[in-house]
Amino acid sequence: MATLSAPEPRSAPIAERQPTDWTTGAMQGRIAARYRAERNFRRLGVLALVIAASFLAFLLFTIVRDGASGFLRTEVRLDVTFDAGTLGVDPAAVAGPNGQTVLARADYTALMLKASEQLGPANDMLSDAAWLELRDALQADPALLGKRARLWVPVRSQIDLLAKGKYDLSAPADSRGVSDREVADWKWLDSRNLLRTGFNSAFITGADSTEPELAGIGGAAIGSLLTVLVTIAIAFPLGVLSAVWLEEFAPRGRMADIIELSINNLAAVPSIIFGLLGLAFFLNFAGMPRSAPLVGGITLALMIMPVIVIASRVAIKAVPPSIRDAALGIGASPIQVVFHHVLPLSLPGIMTGTIIGIARALGETAPLLLIGMRAFVTDVPQGFTAPATVLPMQVFLWSDDVQRGFVEKTSAAIIVLLLVLITMNSLAIYLRNRFERRW
Amino acid sequence: MNHTPAIGHSVVPKMTARNVNVFYGQKQAIKDVSIDVSRENVTAFIGPSGCGKSTFLRCLNRMNDTVDGARVEGRIDLDGADIYASGMDVVQLRARVGMVFQKPNPFPKSIYENVAYGPRLHGLARSRADMDDIVESALRRAGLWDEVKDRLSESGTAMSGGQQQRLCIARAIAVDPEVILMDEPCSALDPIATARIEELIDELRGRYAIVIVTHNMQQAARVSQKTAFFHLGTLVEYDDTSAIFTNPQQTRTKDYITGRYG
Repeated sequence: MATLSAPEPRSAPIAERQPTDWTTGAMQGRIAARYRAERNFRRLGVLALVIAASFLAFLLFTIVRDGASGFLRTEVRLDVTFDAGTLGVDPAAVAGPNGQTVLARADYTALMLKASEQLGPANDMLSDAAWLELRDALQADPALLGKRARLWVPVRSQIDLLAKGKYDLSAPADSRGVSDREVADWKWLDSRNLLRTGFNSAFITGADSTEPELAGIGGAAIGSLLTVLVTIAIAFPLGVLSAVWLEEFAPRGRMADIIELSINNLAAVPSIIFGLLGLAFFLNFAGMPRSAPLVGGITLALMIMPVIVIASRVAIKAVPPSIRDAALGIGASPIQVVFHHVLPLSLPGIMTGTIIGIARALGETAPLLLIGMRAFVTDVPQGFTAPATVLPMQVFLWSDDVQRGFVEKTSAAIIVLLLVLITMNSLAIYLRNRFERRW
Repeated sequence: MNHTPAIGHSVVPKMTARNVNVFYGQKQAIKDVSIDVSRENVTAFIGPSGCGKSTFLRCLNRMNDTVDGARVEGRIDLDGADIYASGMDVVQLRARVGMVFQKPNPFPKSIYENVAYGPRLHGLARSRADMDDIVESALRRAGLWDEVKDRLSESGTAMSGGQQQRLCIARAIAVDPEVILMDEPCSALDPIATARIEELIDELRGRYAIVIVTHNMQQAARVSQKTAFFHLGTLVEYDDTSAIFTNPQQTRTKDYITGRYG
């Protein structure tokens, strides 16, 4: 049996010291040095911030300067007579039940050839796909058949760039990247006020093309959306459930430590490794389709799952144990504690981590290269297994293209990608501030 | 507060503990404790820090189950049924043996939702009006109704510490428990809020078997009729509060009561 011990005797007083003199010169010097160190540290901090901000400003400035014109397109005015003979269609058939099919099969190339004569020497400066504008106009309004209409159709990329002032015309012909003939054609069109430069809706809605004036970011945007949907659907539930189990139910011990270590390591694995895994497993072993958002989404889900697990565990850990005690103490089962209290309270943190993970997935190219999502896709993807590409991949593909017209398209695509990412990050911050609770 | 004499030993015990040992891993936290708790008397557990009084309290509603490596030996009965038996449902046990914690821990929800949570879990209310009645009577019994009746939808965490603790008591009462365990319920409160809680404990006596762990000997003397003195994991002395404070049988009890250590 333990017995009570008497309080310990006080230890002997230590050797006598002179009382400290706080007014000596050395003491004042130390105070001055402390103030100096503090001032210098603040200056260093401001300097670091200024350097970081100027890098960012430079990046944004160059991208916007190069990319703003990518959202514009130059078009030429054409007065087109939709002559049934040239089109090779029978007006009676057009009026019939299969009118649209008949119109779709008509010979627009011939019509375009005829219409382009009015452009004089610049008649071959129309975009290869300009005839599509004629078809779309006629299909939208079949009554135009046999009538004359004024249309605006896209011009070749060189004329487009000339109209936007992208070439230095004072440079010698062999180094400025545009021929004398093209310059002359542009001047001919421009002097007759046949050109206009306006918002390029095809860039927003269309898919990739070999021609810069026809290429669009829409296909890649839809591809990104489909891919990210798959990623969210897989990574969010799996990541959150893993985190809940690890934090609330897993027995503490060697096994839990090993799992924790593995997850932390997994979060640091280079993304291209996940691409190789996707290639080896999903494409070669499971036989899933190449270039598909489904496979890309699963691969990216594997990549961001550790991020979600780690963020969710931190958020769950931040819920005070007293809340769990309170719920358990009035008879909530462990599952009820998790779903009634722990998850709702940790949701803002979980959402923040998830959105940051998804933003990372949106900007990722390396793993998608390996599963074939760098394909040249000229259609907006229609489903999860259709061939698709994603926004950062489109940036990569265009930056690789030799045509001058893709320079501004690359920067414009970067602007779109950055806008998407900024929107997502703002959403993360908003959610965190909106739903955060304090105890 | 005037001191109420303890009711004699003839009362029927609500909970009985026999030869209880508790281990945290290799360390033994409770050694061979046997004690009876009744509805008629408020029972106080006193003793210096780390003496095992809170640990033992948490055995009474199996809150130690959530602690890794905790092991309980011996027998603890609620109305004659072993609460550590395999057939005992822990969730129902905790509804029957409610708990109030050291630090007020209302849910970050409305006052109403805090009180209604337990009854909703156990399906105690048949209708919305029924739930309103349960919430009102729990808040009334916790002496909080008049202060909060006009702001039931406000957050439970926005109240003062003393109000929060009374809300926690109301939350425990709302599921109509048989025993209420209080683990140093006033240690985070100021003297006025403490006095309010102590009055409340006295009002609740007789309806619920109340066990209160306290650091504060004056508090034990004020609110309890039976006092158990724990030291180093053992139950040194258990008797009527008046006997413990005026005529302790053990030297260790006497030394603690008189402030030789603590």
